[in-house]
Amino acid sequence: MTTLSNDPAPRLDRAAIAKRAARDLVDGSTVNLGIGIPAMCADFLPDGVELLYHAENGILGFKELSAPGEGDPNLMDAGGKFPKLVPGMAFFDSVESFSLIRGGHIDVTVLGALQVSRNGDLSNWMIPKRGIGSIGGAMDLAANAKKVIIAMEHNVRGDLAKIVDECTFPLTARACVDEVITDIAVIEIDRKNDRVILRETAPGWSFDDVQARTEARLVADGDVGSMA
Amino acid sequence: MIGGFGGAGGQPTRLMLALRDLGVGDLTIIGNVAGISKTTGYGWPDHLDPIDQGMFFESGQATKITCSFPVPGTTNPLSDIEKAWREGNAEVDIVPQGTLIERIRAAGAGIPAFYTPTGVGTPVAEGKEHRDFDGRTYLMEEALSADFALIRAQKADTRGNLQYIGTSRAFNPAMATAAAVTIVEVDEIVEPGGIDPERVGTLSTYVDRIVVREAGDPLP
Repeated sequence: MTTLSNDPAPRLDRAAIAKRAARDLVDGSTVNLGIGIPAMCADFLPDGVELLYHAENGILGFKELSAPGEGDPNLMDAGGKFPKLVPGMAFFDSVESFSLIRGGHIDVTVLGALQVSRNGDLSNWMIPKRGIGSIGGAMDLAANAKKVIIAMEHNVRGDLAKIVDECTFPLTARACVDEVITDIAVIEIDRKNDRVILRETAPGWSFDDVQARTEARLVADGDVGSMA
Repeated sequence: MIGGFGGAGGQPTRLMLALRDLGVGDLTIIGNVAGISKTTGYGWPDHLDPIDQGMFFESGQATKITCSFPVPGTTNPLSDIEKAWREGNAEVDIVPQGTLIERIRAAGAGIPAFYTPTGVGTPVAEGKEHRDFDGRTYLMEEALSADFALIRAQKADTRGNLQYIGTSRAFNPAMATAAAVTIVEVDEIVEPGGIDPERVGTLSTYVDRIVVREAGDPLP
């Protein structure tokens, strides 16, 4: 855990963010996990929850990964890792894979983000200063999955807000984010009612502590819970 | 067009090396995850040195790439494609992956353009026709074809029917349909009947040339 000088309490580490995000994955869902913290969700599924994992390169129903550095290059996931062959798995080409995404057949995607705006716009493919970025499957997933969960660190470089009024980075998709899980908070983007609802805070963090590190105005809707 | 997804599986690595050794220039590459394996190891087992599409930018043979994922995260060393782009020697056209594969599919299927919801409201939508269907806004995207497709399959029969293995399909079957000349790299060539008709992944009609690897090739 890391504590910035003015933080009231430690922030959750990356694994703990993934663990909290995994709690919102519903048994039986078809799920696509992005690279980074999102991919770590697979390690923290609650007991009894079975998901059907999809990866863009054309695989459905994978689970166990081979040991790092080992595995079959013809049995890869979209993050470049090598799963094991398991019963019930299916292979297909990229046309089918993106028909699955674009056609709205993915129940949930968990993605990382550079910025999320108060109305659920997402920026996650390019830092403007770099001038070049990678879209991959992110635009298709963000625009077309039934539910979009963002798992990310709440701030960059100390206290710079990533949950903002308007994204200043190039967009991935407009009005697509449903929920944001960070190292200090769980936030619901209630697009229908134009609200950004603080649902939970990390232990030792108050509503005001989180608001101070968030550009978009937060509201409470009932009690604010604990991420613990 | 260069098939596969990115990483070793499904990539026509021997054909790519042959194209590099041929030395032809002014190439426009169409690929998916492109040029990130060499610096990150993406999709390659640890014991092998990764080979990727960046080689055509390192050699100066390519001047443009259309792809979905040309650069890794900022913490990785610069790829050959990003280097060439920074030096003003390469145009990099970044397309959402689902749009890229559908544009290729469309070219092979005789469809000049289609509407997709992906990319609306983002930089990729700039300058493109928008149209609403049932209250949702879509972008028009045009078909994408090529002079040559270099693809990879496990097995071909002498007619050119192809069989794929595992996740090696990716962009290969669609690219086979979308180029004037399709060249496939395979591990094995068999007589007609050597591929179960239920397992034909690409029809012989699309395949112009078959290149068989040497037995025991150490590359994936």
